[in-house]
Amino acid sequence: MASICFYFQVHQPFRVKDYRVFDIGNDSEYFNDDSDRSINNKKILNKVAGKCYLPANAVMLELLNKHPEFKISFSFSGVFLDQLQEFSPETLESFQRLVATGRAEVLEETYYHSLSFLYSPEEFRRQVKMHQEKIQELFGVTPTVFRNTELIYNNALAHEVEKMGYKGIIAEGADHVLGWKSPNFLYRPQGTENIKLLLKNYRLSDDIAFRFSSKDWADFPLTAPKFANWASQVNGNGHVINLFMDYETFGEHQWEDTGIFNFLRHLPEEIYKHPDNDFVTPSEAIERYEPVSELDVHNYMSWADVERDLSAWLSNPMQHDAIQSVYKLEEEVLATNDERLISDWRRLQTSDHFYYMCTKWFNDGDVHKYFNPYSTPYEAFIAYMNALQDLRLRVVAHPLHAKKIKVRELL
Amino acid sequence: MHFYFFNRVTISASFLKKYMRVLMFGWEFPPHNSGGLGTACFGLTRALAGRKIEVLFVLPKKVGVSASFMNILFADERRVKFHEIETTLRPYVTSDSYVRERDKMISDIYGDTLMQEVRRYALRARDIAKKEHFDVIHAHDWLSFLAGIEAKKISGKPLILHMHATEFDRTGGQGVNQDVYNIERESMQYADGIIAVSDFTKGKIVEHYGIPASKIQVVHNGIDECDYVNVPAKLSELKKAGQKIVLFVGRITIQKGPEYFIRAAKRVLEVNPNVLFIVAGSGDMERQMMLEAASLGISDHVIFAGFLRGDDLTAVYNIADLFVMPSVSEPFGITPLESIIAGAPVLISKQSGVAEVLVHALKTDFWDTEDMANKILGVISHRSLWQTLWGNSREEVKKVTWDAASKKCIDYYEKIICQCGATQETRYI
Repeated sequence: MASICFYFQVHQPFRVKDYRVFDIGNDSEYFNDDSDRSINNKKILNKVAGKCYLPANAVMLELLNKHPEFKISFSFSGVFLDQLQEFSPETLESFQRLVATGRAEVLEETYYHSLSFLYSPEEFRRQVKMHQEKIQELFGVTPTVFRNTELIYNNALAHEVEKMGYKGIIAEGADHVLGWKSPNFLYRPQGTENIKLLLKNYRLSDDIAFRFSSKDWADFPLTAPKFANWASQVNGNGHVINLFMDYETFGEHQWEDTGIFNFLRHLPEEIYKHPDNDFVTPSEAIERYEPVSELDVHNYMSWADVERDLSAWLSNPMQHDAIQSVYKLEEEVLATNDERLISDWRRLQTSDHFYYMCTKWFNDGDVHKYFNPYSTPYEAFIAYMNALQDLRLRVVAHPLHAKKIKVRELL
Repeated sequence: MHFYFFNRVTISASFLKKYMRVLMFGWEFPPHNSGGLGTACFGLTRALAGRKIEVLFVLPKKVGVSASFMNILFADERRVKFHEIETTLRPYVTSDSYVRERDKMISDIYGDTLMQEVRRYALRARDIAKKEHFDVIHAHDWLSFLAGIEAKKISGKPLILHMHATEFDRTGGQGVNQDVYNIERESMQYADGIIAVSDFTKGKIVEHYGIPASKIQVVHNGIDECDYVNVPAKLSELKKAGQKIVLFVGRITIQKGPEYFIRAAKRVLEVNPNVLFIVAGSGDMERQMMLEAASLGISDHVIFAGFLRGDDLTAVYNIADLFVMPSVSEPFGITPLESIIAGAPVLISKQSGVAEVLVHALKTDFWDTEDMANKILGVISHRSLWQTLWGNSREEVKKVTWDAASKKCIDYYEKIICQCGATQETRYI
């Protein structure tokens, strides 16, 4: 039996506008760029909705209707759902229709798509709770499987997530962690008892997500029969093939004219041609299969770059400075009890901000540049730090902040 | 075809131990240079010599480029020979004084016109071309173009013109001289090939001179590290006072955009008064800039250090927290590379050729002084930004060498020599 487990990541950050030093103290709107640049959040969301979310959802709905056993899963960041509510309610409705079929599972993550687990476990738990409530509110379901931002994972995270009551967790099937082991089985995170680990099959996932339209690839063009054949080969030496990828693969990273939608449209029927194959959601895989062994992941891994580590967000002094600066404000920001202020602070925690500051691959100008809406990582950093400075001033000027200081002085 | 030809030449050269010979016309050379052109000629010829190319360098005027000076520089590789011609021709110092002086001479007030000098240079070039053997002629900027043309007429050898700047850059687009423009344009039409110092300059040549893009090869300038290391920082005292230092280096002329630097300084000081702005350079806008700083009320934060060179210049680069090049139109711009090597990261205008080879630099439009001030403040407020920016740019500059430029030049020589129908028999080698 080889079960295909699809999970699609759906996320858009609130990008910081070209916020200049002279705006500090004068403008507390950090995310409202309205230019033609790709830091205009509304413009980006609508563009991606038109190219990807709406057409891909239409195909998914068609497939769910056509194949009663077809299943998929999504992880929506809270900031993405916020933007759908604000800029594109029709897209939100189309996602709701998919979840309403009962065969599109929704996964848990941090509301702000943040790196909070690395800096503040309390803040991490708060953001997971917020996400849970948001999913319940919009989709009427409660997730039971967790995926951390950018599939960042280690033993400690699994322990924390187990404590929070989740029965499954998702991570990258990185070679340096797996060694000779296969990603096509479930594992038990080291030192846990009640939680199972699903690992991404990055070769087959990336065949679709990255290589689909690559003419330099020996297997180009990728067709549904060819892919179904590769998947069927897992039969007999694996339980589940975890195909995890950005949802934007469909129509945005791989444009419609590459044939990606047709590929998707024909994939289930090709998979079903082998009678042992089927589709499962992450929670079904966890119900059905037992872990084959324990997996020890001491150091953080992720699904980013060839390194599969944290270096996309945390490798140069700017990135460390920026993220430490934002978490340093935690206590004071929360003390204000000011909803707007706290929300702005949390939006500044989204991992993408630090990704934009990455200079690791800047020389080669490849993936990072493609995904960077700023001309340089330095500009991303300057805008971010200016916005953070304004936020700091707002915190200090807040009546509750002043009161707290006074109380401290009296004591 | 080209590849095959190049291989053949390489092989024969190594067997016969004879090397390509270049007749080169320039107009200034260190230490008697007023700007980037002399530095560029120095760097390029030294790198060519390092690649076994023989260069015969012709200068328009008698200057102290003594044999002993050359001996020191090329003790092991004496492939660069110097010819100096006595004329009154002077290289320009600032764009306005250049325009003034140029017009003075052209208008014949002093009898000896600039155009006569250019022609005299060209006549001398004929004598040299008759006497010497070479494979290709390479002339730097318009004053030497007619010399290059005469040398081609006499010898029949291919002519390559090297555009370090156009008349549009020198004048900031204001008051372009028709005679100079004509020399540039007609020379480029006549030449067999053109080297431009950047895509930025190539674009100007296509746009303003109507030269087909296919006739132009871009060779970015380089920088040799050994020229800049191990120089003591004499001015580090200033830094101990805890002040941040922002630096401008260049001729104080329209082309270099000093007024945008002063205006950005004003905006920076409104946010952070603990910053010192150093203007290193001289030029006809110097007084105007001093008055501008005074009228903005920031005179006590702006130091006019005059024209600096050598160790003094390295020292100011070294103490600076940020180097700013707000040029209005900069064909290449070597100073940001010098600055990075000496220890300061850079903010450069997008209207510059060097922006094409420098990824790890802050970039701005020269007129956007708000953005400029924002970026200056970013660097001086956040040590982490300074570290990342300087660290990455330092690595990047290591790849921008004169050797890489000379390699591109040699390939281009080969291509043009080949296109002009030279055979093994007719070549000097």
